[in-house]
Amino acid sequence: MNLIFELSQPGHGTEYFPQSDVPEIALPENLLRKSALRLPEVSEVDVSRHYSRLSKQAFGVNSGFYPLGSCTMKYNPRVNERIAALPGFSAVHPLQPADTVKGCREVMDQAKELLCAVTGMDGMTLQPAAGAHGEFVGMLLIKKYFDKRGQQHRKKMLVPDAAHGTNPASAVMAGFDVVNIPSCENGCVDIDALKAALDDNIAGLMLTNPNTVGLFDPNILEITQLVHAAGGLCYYDGANLNAIMGRVRPGDMGFDVVHLNLHKTFSTPHGGGGPGSGPVGCKQALIAFLPHSRMYEPDASEDSIGQVRAFYGNFAIVVRALSYIFSLGADGMREASETAVLNANYLMHQVAKYFPLAFDTICMHEFILTLEKVKQDKGVSALDVAKALLDEGMHPPTMYFPLIVHEALMLEPTETESRDTLDEAAEAFKRISETINSNPERLHESPVTTPIGRPDEVAAARNPVLRYQYE
Amino acid sequence: MGSYIPSTKQERQGMLETIGLRTMDDLYADVPASVRLKRLPDAPDGLSELEVVQKMTAMAERNHVFKTILRGAGAYDHYIPAIVDSVTSKEEFSTTYTPYQAEISQGVLQSIFEYQTMICELTGMDVSNASVYDGASAAAEAVMMSVDRKRTKVFSAASVHPDVLATIKTYCWAKDLELHLIPEADGLVDMDALKEALTIETACVYIQQPNFLGLIENASAIGQAVHGAGAKFIMGVNPISLGIMHSPRESGADIAVGEGQPLGLPLSFGGPYLGFMATTKAMMRMMPGRIVGQTRDSRGQRAFVLTLQAREQHIRREKASSNICSNQALCAMRASVYLVAVGPQGLRKAAQLCYSKAHYLAEELCKLPGFKLIYDGAFFNEFVTTLPLPAEKIENALMNRDILAGLPVNEGMLWCVTEKVSKEKLDETVQTIRGVYTK
Repeated sequence: MNLIFELSQPGHGTEYFPQSDVPEIALPENLLRKSALRLPEVSEVDVSRHYSRLSKQAFGVNSGFYPLGSCTMKYNPRVNERIAALPGFSAVHPLQPADTVKGCREVMDQAKELLCAVTGMDGMTLQPAAGAHGEFVGMLLIKKYFDKRGQQHRKKMLVPDAAHGTNPASAVMAGFDVVNIPSCENGCVDIDALKAALDDNIAGLMLTNPNTVGLFDPNILEITQLVHAAGGLCYYDGANLNAIMGRVRPGDMGFDVVHLNLHKTFSTPHGGGGPGSGPVGCKQALIAFLPHSRMYEPDASEDSIGQVRAFYGNFAIVVRALSYIFSLGADGMREASETAVLNANYLMHQVAKYFPLAFDTICMHEFILTLEKVKQDKGVSALDVAKALLDEGMHPPTMYFPLIVHEALMLEPTETESRDTLDEAAEAFKRISETINSNPERLHESPVTTPIGRPDEVAAARNPVLRYQYE
Repeated sequence: MGSYIPSTKQERQGMLETIGLRTMDDLYADVPASVRLKRLPDAPDGLSELEVVQKMTAMAERNHVFKTILRGAGAYDHYIPAIVDSVTSKEEFSTTYTPYQAEISQGVLQSIFEYQTMICELTGMDVSNASVYDGASAAAEAVMMSVDRKRTKVFSAASVHPDVLATIKTYCWAKDLELHLIPEADGLVDMDALKEALTIETACVYIQQPNFLGLIENASAIGQAVHGAGAKFIMGVNPISLGIMHSPRESGADIAVGEGQPLGLPLSFGGPYLGFMATTKAMMRMMPGRIVGQTRDSRGQRAFVLTLQAREQHIRREKASSNICSNQALCAMRASVYLVAVGPQGLRKAAQLCYSKAHYLAEELCKLPGFKLIYDGAFFNEFVTTLPLPAEKIENALMNRDILAGLPVNEGMLWCVTEKVSKEKLDETVQTIRGVYTK
């Protein structure tokens, strides 16, 4: 497929801007751009067709089943797009006088209040732009908490080895020393390992519950109590909140800080990798440290950690999430989580007939297959199965995560899939498992129905070509 | 109640029974009894789609949408060609995840590759990433790229956007790094103070071009001084201005960042916006965020993949160059479509219109008694005037004409003019203010 630059023809283009109605003034010579501005020159019809072609080589939640574990690829209700595009939200300048943005404040206040209700937190900021950005803010709240208490020596952040990679990376950005603690075989916190790691230098523990293998850690209350008893704080990674809305709240489990991913749990579209939104909630003791924004919160606490971006957050994403929360309401959120968990268990039950489970027990919203033995016996890896699923017309599960499970495929069907869709997916796994038995070699060649075959990633990294080169 | 679950209660009961369970409670057996909820407290009942639309529309209507906006300061009211909305609302783009599965994601990957190319062309730099959260966090991430064990002191011009400065400050505090300000002289970086401040411990100097007050810094001279001290030179730039103004590369920047919102993103009360970031080949592997590269597939065709992932958190964990993963992909696509649609001629024209119209308004305002430019330096499309009248009076008078006035700053007013504002509206603005004197 052509790159847009290869479609460029000198002089082509569309007139979007009027002739000047004021005297044209020239920029002083010394400020002028000297290098050529080599942007493509294409007519609008070519722009439209170019992106239509590209869109046919993209796979969205609208395209088919998307059980990408840990990413919560649920349906993104269309009405939320329409609402976010209302001029009253989309055409409002962030620095307008306060009495001209009452509706925006209302959106933010209500979103904060409802997200506090869902998580059991006392305060909330909407500033972080993504989950990882929220983790960073959460870590900074904890850093500030110990600074204010004169306990700057508390530098150790405990992170289970099953955690998302963002957890240790975020802790380091906030100046903490990461201490990895081993998990039990079932991915839950190893209480003895936790106890051994706790001392006077502990700042806290970062945890996901349901954890990254899709199980609810039954010892959660003991875990948070142990961390608190050692003087530490508990950080909740909200990546897996979609399993528990209306059933149990991080705040009640003993967590002090939580980040949410509105683009997961609250149905805002993922956009091919953003824009997301990563609000952070906290308990009363940390509210004074929440980020502030110059205009919106002029009376912000002196102890605030400051800003982590301009203005107030990804507002238009918050609008979508709030619409979603209004649609579902308390009962709808609970029903969404229950169905997400039910769908995962149902799919697990069906797929387990063909592939081994990493943990053969009731799961939360996601579960993991391990192909370790299949690879040993038949030479077929998790990657091969994922690529074969592409030929089945579905998005593959998350591969090779968490790191503690070998040859892992993690499936998260979400609540917005019907029994038929789950049954069809199970049939796809069945067909692949039959191929593994009859003709395993064939799976190394998959996918065959996609626009491209497997790309050479090693060559891409070894000899980086990161932009189009003009002749 | 709105619900997006494609199954009935009966069907779900059947599924429960298929897997050998009786009730939904059986799924949550591991949740300790003491913290189980019966129902979410403090949350409302669900609503139908129509009710949600009505409720949200009522909130949207409690905001005022100005017909004319003369306020910038980090968020700019530029014209957005219709094609930008039409392309980026395609569900294949808006509802897809980060393109991990290259075989079914070539559309997204190629569009990012094209975006990277255009950011490189605009800035003159060698490599661009796939985006950062916004201009402020892009600046902060760029600062973090520049720090190493020996060079730990960070400098920022005082003349940068206050939100950007606040963000850099937070990121520096996070890593216990010293942040120092280079003071301004007549609205610009004070060159003497800069030269005096630089030491062998200086990691980098961040400036904004044009700066927060709209003024054009002498970037090349600053760059030379910064490089003379062996430090990295980071420039935050307005992408529209690059249609006619010298590029960061031409000014000697090691890292170019900026707020991409002017490139086809709506104001949306401050977000989502787009941080862009580009750097030199030498610093490529220190750059945070996703990067797309070109390669070949098993069939010998050109193909695109996420690459240089050894920098990233999911591989490197605590040793990653940043924790960033999800970024602003769809916003980057908006910027791409904008740039592709307007092309080099369009971008130049937009920039030239902004420049000419801002200078027209400045000249006309300065004909009013007591109005003058506070700073002498050259500016692009923002400028600061004195305020012979109370800011509130000007704001209110203009608001009555549905015009959002400039932003009150430093005992003056920071005005911004884009291509969207006609001469007629600029004249009306001046006339309206003239009327305030007599009241």
